[in-house]
Amino acid sequence: MPASPAGSVAGSVAEREPDGGPPAPAAGRPLMVLRKVSKVYGAGEIAVHALRSVDFTVERGDYIAIMGSSGSGKSTLMHLIGCLDVPTSGQYLLDRIDVSGLDDFELSYVRNRKIGLVFQSFNLIPRTTVLRNVELPLVYARVPRAERRARALEAIASVGLSDRATHLPSELSGGQQQRAAIARAIVTNPVILLADEPTGNLDSVSTHEILELFAHLNLLGRTIVMITHEPDVAERAKRVLHLADGELVSDVRQAPVGGPPPGASHAPVALPDSAAGTTTKWPAISSARPVLGA
Amino acid sequence: MSALESLRMAVQGVLANRLRSLLTLLGITIGVASVIILVAVGRGSAVSVQTQIEGLGTNMLTIQAGGRGFGRARSSAAGFTFLTMNDVKALSDKAVAPDIKTVSPVAQAQSVTATHGVATETPGQVIGTTASYAEARKESVAEGTFITAQDQTDHARVAVIGPTVVANLFGSTDPLGQTIQLNGSSFQVEGVLKSKGSNGIQDQDDIVIVPLSTAQDLLVGQSGQLSQIIIEAKSSGAVNNADAEATAILTPNHSNSDGTAAFNILNQASLLQTTSASNHTFTVLLAAVAAISLLVGGIGVMNIMLVTVTERTREIGIRKAIGARRSDILGQFLTEAVLLSILGGVTGVVAGLIGGRFKIVGVQPVIESYSVLLAFGVGVAVGLFFGIYPANRAASLTPIEALRYE
Repeated sequence: MPASPAGSVAGSVAEREPDGGPPAPAAGRPLMVLRKVSKVYGAGEIAVHALRSVDFTVERGDYIAIMGSSGSGKSTLMHLIGCLDVPTSGQYLLDRIDVSGLDDFELSYVRNRKIGLVFQSFNLIPRTTVLRNVELPLVYARVPRAERRARALEAIASVGLSDRATHLPSELSGGQQQRAAIARAIVTNPVILLADEPTGNLDSVSTHEILELFAHLNLLGRTIVMITHEPDVAERAKRVLHLADGELVSDVRQAPVGGPPPGASHAPVALPDSAAGTTTKWPAISSARPVLGA
Repeated sequence: MSALESLRMAVQGVLANRLRSLLTLLGITIGVASVIILVAVGRGSAVSVQTQIEGLGTNMLTIQAGGRGFGRARSSAAGFTFLTMNDVKALSDKAVAPDIKTVSPVAQAQSVTATHGVATETPGQVIGTTASYAEARKESVAEGTFITAQDQTDHARVAVIGPTVVANLFGSTDPLGQTIQLNGSSFQVEGVLKSKGSNGIQDQDDIVIVPLSTAQDLLVGQSGQLSQIIIEAKSSGAVNNADAEATAILTPNHSNSDGTAAFNILNQASLLQTTSASNHTFTVLLAAVAAISLLVGGIGVMNIMLVTVTERTREIGIRKAIGARRSDILGQFLTEAVLLSILGGVTGVVAGLIGGRFKIVGVQPVIESYSVLLAFGVGVAVGLFFGIYPANRAASLTPIEALRYE
């Protein structure tokens, strides 16, 4: 771990940026920019080009589905967007931060503050309550205990799981586990919600539930990037990207960025009104560090 | 992440796998407890030997006729002479031997049968001596009196007997004033000695003491031959001087033909030094054995932590994906290892303290506070040391690989 940035992070967390708030639409400035991003595994003869010079931008408030068959490079793309990995070449800007050149420690910081990850297999920590799971990103963000608890409970309420907060993941259905995972992903109020096949392990009822939740979150202004191979799931996104052999082959806009996502029921019954709270009451934890904002 | 948060996570980790945590703990517990108990046993046996030797009298020198070594005189070499009352007189000369306080002649009778009514026994020791013997040997009477100078002068037929003899001949009746027969001669019981227990070789309570003059009359014959002369030095610091003075006095009359001394002097203080040195070696040896078990306990911690890391690889991946830093993961697993070893150390100390209260193979352990602190400290340090590698391995996992792990 580098010594000097460690200090600056600790400092920046304490003095939370007052206007670093909710991901409100900021005109003109795209949230995410990928410029000629490539990823190569291995070298020489056996080199595998998982991504070849991918270019696209994502605006605030958009809801994007990335599709492709297996081996198309969508998992690699997901890892890069999620800052779990860095590109071999090209540039990736997330919320004005150039992620391409960040080291391990700085990537942890970006993952924690800027990105909310949702996985196909939920990935809740076993033998740990829903509340503790949802709190965890705030623990790593060094948020004080009382605020952490309040924010976690609010995030849990916003996905309609308040009555299950003290349950263990093993006591929940798949759909409930995925909602808990979504609560964990949005608790830090990240700039982007990144979902990798979020409905892949769910039945049709739960799938519908989760898609309603995504639509609702998007209506509230949250930017969503979802990876899927199911066309009916992709139908619900405002924009669909197709990936094949590591290259972007099509880019279809299904609904305007400013409007509601296609097929959203405008009054989601399953969700309490407090869902709005997550995007208004708490500011984002992140504040642009000088070292990252450069 | 704060230390408190790390601790909270570690506690969760420990509690989430209770059986595994318990087994890990057991390794450290056994290690720490065995260090404490084995050191206590070593120390306990040293203390008991020391007490026994001190019970014999540390100011005491025992002179025996014969060559070197602790054995009884068996030499028939030319120039061999027995110790006699003349030697006792010579040693009692304060002008020549200022450091000698008392001189007690001892004549030991062989295979004497003691009877009282129908009860019969053969006491381990039947000795004739004088009044000063009691002080030199730290003997004291539980009831009655020890033999006196008057008894010696009067050739009185009196005896002082040890508790074992009392038990064998009298059972529970009061022996004082009663008569016993030694090889058929009647002696009145004048006193009963306080119990001294066994010195490891013989029962020191199985003894009959009579005046030297009477013993020579009736039990050992009139040769005037003494088995031992017991000298009491003025103080424990004067023992070596008394030794030198006795050697100077006895050498002219008791030399072999080649000029070497035909007697040997057993110095209680030097015996004490020798035994405490060998006891120390014994304790160190025990501690070393215990330290190995502590080390094995530490390897147990490492083993379990490695299993834990492997089993929780996916969890580590999740934590990293939601923003845990390398140091967060390192802290969590290291805290868990240290927590396990602290818990193991505490239970080990408790087990050691409880175990140290019981007699172990006849030795009452004496718990040393340094061994408790050392065992606990080393136990925790071992846990920390062996926790570093697994924790580091956990922290070095890349999130993608860790998430892929099934």
